[in-house]
Amino acid sequence: MPQVSMTVNGKAVSATVEGRTLLVQLLREQLGLTGTHVGCDTSQCGACVVHVDGKSVKSCTMLAVQANGAAVATIEGLATNGKLHPMQEAFRDNHGLQCGFCTPGMVMSALDLVKHNANPSETQVREWLEGNLCRCTGYHNIVKSIQAGAAAMRGAGR
Amino acid sequence: MYEFNYQRPKSLADAAKALKSAGDGGKLVAGGQTLIPTLKQRLAQPSDLIDLGGLKDLAGIKVEGGKVTIGALTTHAEVAHSAAVQKAIPALAALAEGIGDPQVRNRGTIGGSVANADPAADYPAGVVGLGATVHTNERTIAADQFFTGLFTTALKPGEIVTAVSFPVPQKAGYAKFPNPASRYCVVAVMAAKTADGVRVAVTGAGPSVFRVKEMEAALGKNWAPAAVDGIKVAPANLNQDIHASAEYRAHLVGVMARRAIEAAG
Amino acid sequence: MAQDGIGASVRRKEDFRFLIGRGLYTDDIKRPGQTHAYILRSNQAHAELRKVDTEAAKRMPGVLAVFVGTDMEADKVGGLPCGWLIKNKDGSPMKEPPHPPLAIGRVRHVGDPVAVVVAETREQAKDAAERIEVDYKPLPAVASIAAAIKPGAPQIWDVAPGNTCYDWHIGDKAAVDAVFAKAHHVAKIDLYNNRLVPNAMEPRAAIGEYDAASGDYTLYTTSQNPHVIRLLMGAFVLHLPEHKLRVYAPDVGGGFGSKIYHYAEEAIVTWAAPKVGRPIKWTAERSESFMSDAHGRDHLTHAEMALDKDGKFLALRVATNANMGAYLSTFASCIPTYLYATLLAGVYTTPIVYCEVRAVFTNTVPVDAYRGAGRPEATFLLERLVDIAARDMKMDPVAIRRKNFIAATAFPYQTPVALQYDSGNYQATLDQALKAADWAGFEGRRAEAKKRGKLRGIGVSTYIEACGIAPSNVAGALGARAGLFEAAEVRVHPTGSVTVFTGSHSHGQGHETTFSQLVADQLGIPFDNVEIVHGDTAKIPFGMGTYGSRSLAVGGTALVKAVDKIIAKGKKIAAHMLEASEADIEFKDGKFTVAGTDRSKAFGEIALSAYIPHNYPLDQLEPGLDETAFYDPKNFTFPAGCHICELEIDPQTGTTHIAKFTAVDDVGRVINPMIVEGQVQGGVGQGIGQALLENCVYDKDGQLVTGSMLDYCMPRADDLPSIGVATHATLCAHNPLGVKGCGEVGAIGSPPAVINAVVDALRDYGVKHMDMPATPMKVWQTIRAASPKQAAE
Repeated sequence: MPQVSMTVNGKAVSATVEGRTLLVQLLREQLGLTGTHVGCDTSQCGACVVHVDGKSVKSCTMLAVQANGAAVATIEGLATNGKLHPMQEAFRDNHGLQCGFCTPGMVMSALDLVKHNANPSETQVREWLEGNLCRCTGYHNIVKSIQAGAAAMRGAGR
Repeated sequence: MYEFNYQRPKSLADAAKALKSAGDGGKLVAGGQTLIPTLKQRLAQPSDLIDLGGLKDLAGIKVEGGKVTIGALTTHAEVAHSAAVQKAIPALAALAEGIGDPQVRNRGTIGGSVANADPAADYPAGVVGLGATVHTNERTIAADQFFTGLFTTALKPGEIVTAVSFPVPQKAGYAKFPNPASRYCVVAVMAAKTADGVRVAVTGAGPSVFRVKEMEAALGKNWAPAAVDGIKVAPANLNQDIHASAEYRAHLVGVMARRAIEAAG
Repeated sequence: MAQDGIGASVRRKEDFRFLIGRGLYTDDIKRPGQTHAYILRSNQAHAELRKVDTEAAKRMPGVLAVFVGTDMEADKVGGLPCGWLIKNKDGSPMKEPPHPPLAIGRVRHVGDPVAVVVAETREQAKDAAERIEVDYKPLPAVASIAAAIKPGAPQIWDVAPGNTCYDWHIGDKAAVDAVFAKAHHVAKIDLYNNRLVPNAMEPRAAIGEYDAASGDYTLYTTSQNPHVIRLLMGAFVLHLPEHKLRVYAPDVGGGFGSKIYHYAEEAIVTWAAPKVGRPIKWTAERSESFMSDAHGRDHLTHAEMALDKDGKFLALRVATNANMGAYLSTFASCIPTYLYATLLAGVYTTPIVYCEVRAVFTNTVPVDAYRGAGRPEATFLLERLVDIAARDMKMDPVAIRRKNFIAATAFPYQTPVALQYDSGNYQATLDQALKAADWAGFEGRRAEAKKRGKLRGIGVSTYIEACGIAPSNVAGALGARAGLFEAAEVRVHPTGSVTVFTGSHSHGQGHETTFSQLVADQLGIPFDNVEIVHGDTAKIPFGMGTYGSRSLAVGGTALVKAVDKIIAKGKKIAAHMLEASEADIEFKDGKFTVAGTDRSKAFGEIALSAYIPHNYPLDQLEPGLDETAFYDPKNFTFPAGCHICELEIDPQTGTTHIAKFTAVDDVGRVINPMIVEGQVQGGVGQGIGQALLENCVYDKDGQLVTGSMLDYCMPRADDLPSIGVATHATLCAHNPLGVKGCGEVGAIGSPPAVINAVVDALRDYGVKHMDMPATPMKVWQTIRAASPKQAAE
């Protein structure tokens, strides 16, 4: 059975997996990082979005072995010492979440957007979220949250 | 997903060897954005999964000699964000920017897309519409000969796509009508004015990408959106599903062609 | 108003854990020794199960057990019950066919559970399930209402001839017919209310566990109402006494109705856990959700409105066929009857209404409540019919509505379809919405769009709904087999902080925040000193859960009543401590004060005294400060409002783009405006989804064509507009908070506003009605089909 090593939220981890083990299964079932969710089986909902080597990916559509040697970042790694990241804070401030299930993927996806575009327009945010489904909010407050989060990050020089 | 033997070769030669020795059970994976969902649904059962992810020199974009050459492992996001592609063939960057979603674009590769030959994928229209050449570990294949049908290509067993090179056109535009649910192409058109003439390639509408010669001829005489007005594509052999009938697709070919030309300027 | 009390947009308590990835959803739970279940489901719509051979599967690696329907039958496991008995026109009861958790003898829809494999890992269970040999003898299937009601249609149930579950009606048919016979004009509509798949983002999951030492069972499940599941599964299916069965629904990732019902998988994992001797987890893959979660809507309706020459509504006549699917889901039967036909008066003074509903079985997934449940169907037909009447009579759609509105002074208002509306002001919400939407300036925008080659349309809907379900005696008289009260326990701790145990259960609504606001406001204690506990039958009193926008109106009222009891007891304690008469004690801002003096005791002091009763009236009063209240609502609540949609159609592709959406809703008193707006926006998102995007499609053989999100169109961020929301409150007259409910209004009011706008945009093409969803292809086909004369007009 393949062995994999990678960093997850900055910490080195190793695990034995099957070839068919998905990255999200490794995170949730073996590493206990259940903040990354699985909402569909056709790679569309984005509840499973994490960062691999700094880029947002769907961890349900990547084998754990493909992340061997990579730096993986999940929702659990964002807040520091109990203090929310500005993007997380913006979601709370703008009621960008209801049931919370899509939220980790939304936040991780939003952070990748901000890397490319520090000041996204409403349309740009909506287009970027093509791979993230939410059934609760009608997206209105998610869009608002991401714009507010991006503004806060610009202010904080992040 | 069924269990398989995972391999990660370190060179193209090793990959080719692994693929050959696995025989019918061997399957290449690059970004995996189509293959992994397929495996998850247990719609394929490869004995060996050969991951090309370690072949770093298959990724990258070069512009030289009037050609944009894109390595097979280059992701859609890299193509979309490449300043060189945006400058040389903006329609190609726009095409890449419209594939799937940001996360799919961060993993999915041009090589994987063209080798898979999904009838609703974007790249086949780009490859054929721009008159590209597909490079493999064994040879080069002209776009018009590459896509042979529904999920089929001219690739032989054991052959691996290494790059796609696109001659820089004088003008090119891409327009897509996405499936409302999946966002794959219901109909998308790449229209290009090249040194060798006008090319109009359609994906999504039929079992495989096809060219519309009548539009090409009309545009060859007059490169203007209005030139394609009234040119009809017969619905007879077009795809149909709950989102789009063959008649609707046929109609959309005309609309998207016109919009592609408008986008090209 | 306190800073974090009633009326404040307090940031949500629950968000911190969700935002750091520490929410706890059912699939996040990993029990020691946990095994995994995979359910083999029928790939046939209708077939006889001749043989299910599980021998090869049992020998597969990691497999612990394989069970089929007859195994459960041998254990005398009961069927999944239906919670509402509907009576036919002749008074006889509806047909209730059995619903075994694993199919016995016959499968009746694609996705019907056939066998369960329990293995060490999910993939092993799946590998083994492929080795189960099922010998199906295919039977002809009926996959739609139209097919089911055809004479000679294949029969799904022997007990239900003509595939009819029930044939019900409300109103006086002869009296209505008489009005129609003399009417100046009759407006008509035939419509199909499209079938929807709820698709809460969290797929359903269940973990069954048995403790052999104590004999206790635990079910972890994705439920909106854990006590209801405990009652139904314990009493009717597995015959387990409630004191030995705990049902725990932790964080629930959306439900929209789909997580109300008692599902087969819950019973299967609980029943199998002692047999396997280890906990068993089952989690749906999304493709399983599509074929096993109860679907919504699916009505085929003909409706007619009789009008006088001035456009006044005289009578309404409705005939609906409602799809139940293959089995009766928990509340399926009451949705197209008491949650539908009773709303057909809408906000109008229509004096007389007749509605008949035939519920039919088909070889499809069971259909039950989905956000709005019956009320969106009623609203859609009525608001479409009103627009059609306006057009027929060449009246303005706003004017015809105004002419027929129930006056703001007319409350309480008795409708001809059983309900009595307690409060409302439909003119006010309409006026506010017209202004916010700049209705008056629309024709200018239409002309401007036309220059760009776009067809711009505007549509209005003035809706009402009934929620806060329900007075138990009324519901019981109408066939409900459950009470519909709610319960709350308020436990004051010795130093004055409070834990609330509520039978309501948030699946995204933010109860932890709103309920804390109520308690903080009423007791005058800090918001952060209140903790809300829900979802666990081992902790909370018997309560009915969250659906039908009832949590605040019913659960919140129970909470207020429990706090009232705390205050009443606190007054007694304070009277003793302050040596005053109880009648002289006032409670305000967290202090018990002797009226007219400055002598007072803080709430915390009273709490401490209740638990350290040294100076305490022990001869008159028990120690402790812990009260429970059950509240049974006196009436439904009646949120209402006005939604306006403005959109543009690209005639070349048929694509619709919503330019502006305006909602003005009367949801009664607003406790947390931020949360209310979010609820409305979410509901509108789903309503727009129904109107433009979503459609569950079966082919004629009963295969589910839209079996994944690749084919079933879920609304995405770029499909939806920014959603403008405002409220205009008239207070509910019969609950102490004056609240009505906000969870469903968005999904109820919006679909007809969107379709009215689509039809308006296409007015030059002679389009009178378009069924939902108005997909690009449908719009394009409609435009193309219009005669050149109409198109040119």
